[in-house]
Amino acid sequence: MEKHITLPITKEIADSLRIGDYVYLTGEVYVARDAAHKRFMECLEAGKKLPFNPEGATIYYMGPSPAREGRPIGSAGPTTASRMDKYTPTLLKLGVRAMIGKGKRSKEVLDAIKENHCVYFAAIGGEGALLSKQIIESEVIAYEDLGAEAVRRIRIKDFPVIVVNDDHGGNLYEEAPVKYRR
Amino acid sequence: MREISTDLIRDQIASMCMEANYSLSPDMVEKLDRVEKKEESPIGQKILSDLKKNLQIASDDKIPICQDTGMAVVFLEIGQDLQLTGPYLEDAVNEGVRRGYTDGYLRKSVVSDPIERVNTGDNTPAVIHTRIVPGDQLKITLAPKGFGSENMSRIFMLKPAEGLDGVKNAILTAVKDAGPNACPPMVVGVGVGGDFEKAAEMAKAALTREETPSNQKEWVRDLEKEMLDKINNLGIGPAGLGGRITALAVHVNTYPTHIAGLPVAVNICCHVNRHVSRIF
Repeated sequence: MEKHITLPITKEIADSLRIGDYVYLTGEVYVARDAAHKRFMECLEAGKKLPFNPEGATIYYMGPSPAREGRPIGSAGPTTASRMDKYTPTLLKLGVRAMIGKGKRSKEVLDAIKENHCVYFAAIGGEGALLSKQIIESEVIAYEDLGAEAVRRIRIKDFPVIVVNDDHGGNLYEEAPVKYRR
Repeated sequence: MREISTDLIRDQIASMCMEANYSLSPDMVEKLDRVEKKEESPIGQKILSDLKKNLQIASDDKIPICQDTGMAVVFLEIGQDLQLTGPYLEDAVNEGVRRGYTDGYLRKSVVSDPIERVNTGDNTPAVIHTRIVPGDQLKITLAPKGFGSENMSRIFMLKPAEGLDGVKNAILTAVKDAGPNACPPMVVGVGVGGDFEKAAEMAKAALTREETPSNQKEWVRDLEKEMLDKINNLGIGPAGLGGRITALAVHVNTYPTHIAGLPVAVNICCHVNRHVSRIF
């Protein structure tokens, strides 16, 4: 089913989504990948606040290429989400509602998605040039020293994603290939 | 003796880093064109069509096809009758990578130490494979390798008794485990034989292969064909969202091996299988 959603994603919106939904997202998203997630955890362990408000947030696992003059961002496709699995349940408990990435998640993440009424979207890997056209603003908000891995706040418009794990236990990566297996 | 300056190598590497990241080689474009009509899944069809749009934007706007512009893998085939002049070869290659990735707005994805993990800021060093070959020419192949698919690559040290079936199982296991993580449709490079590192290097080189070698053995040709069919029958599909097109090609390279061994390396690459070769 094709849907247009304006961020943030609420618990009710998350509950309404089903695997296979083709969703165009518009609004504000935080960008963070490996090194930034590691720092989030160090931050929490030290009793400090995260550099973004996790409540209702959408995190995009991505590390862009540098922007050319006049563009907000360079190539900007998803990275493999499973590398963030170790950190994800903690963030979902803190209120992060949606994740955009690619690839399968761990059982712990899938359980946390169900428990916390969240959603995991896949963006298509390897089409970072196309996806960059749906990003209209980008700003580094933390850990600038990490270069491509710095935390960014971006504004996206009609950014295409597909629901691969919904909070009802649906798992598109497990279910979809069965139909085409010979 | 014919001479080539390593300054030329540096400049060529810089421009090849940009070319490889903005446009796919004709063999890869042809492979993507060929599968588009074969995909049965509606979402798979949309993805394959979007991949072509992505290639067009990348090439028009000089923006990387994929934000993971890779670690630069460089194969150098240096004629033994050729004299290299100028700065040290590997320094020249790395300077080329530094310039290419900086001037080309490519992502710097290399950390200086696998545990300390501080970004080198210029995507160096490259991974360099140098071979001395007959003649007086120089062939440079540059293959920026993304790590979504690199992380899903495997090496299997099989027993000789496992034979061809063992090789087939190894390839299918690697591809199944890779699933959506490797950004299918993928290209599968396989090295069979040699020793531990020879198998891996053959698998990597197989990814850059544009034509079937004329001396390829029949069992190898049959294996490539059978594996492509079997991989597509897994149903993983474009982006792992289900479909008939999971791989674009399987390339197998072989080498003599030890009486006790049957090494099989499976190097997986996503559909952004970047490689550029130039001969001087």
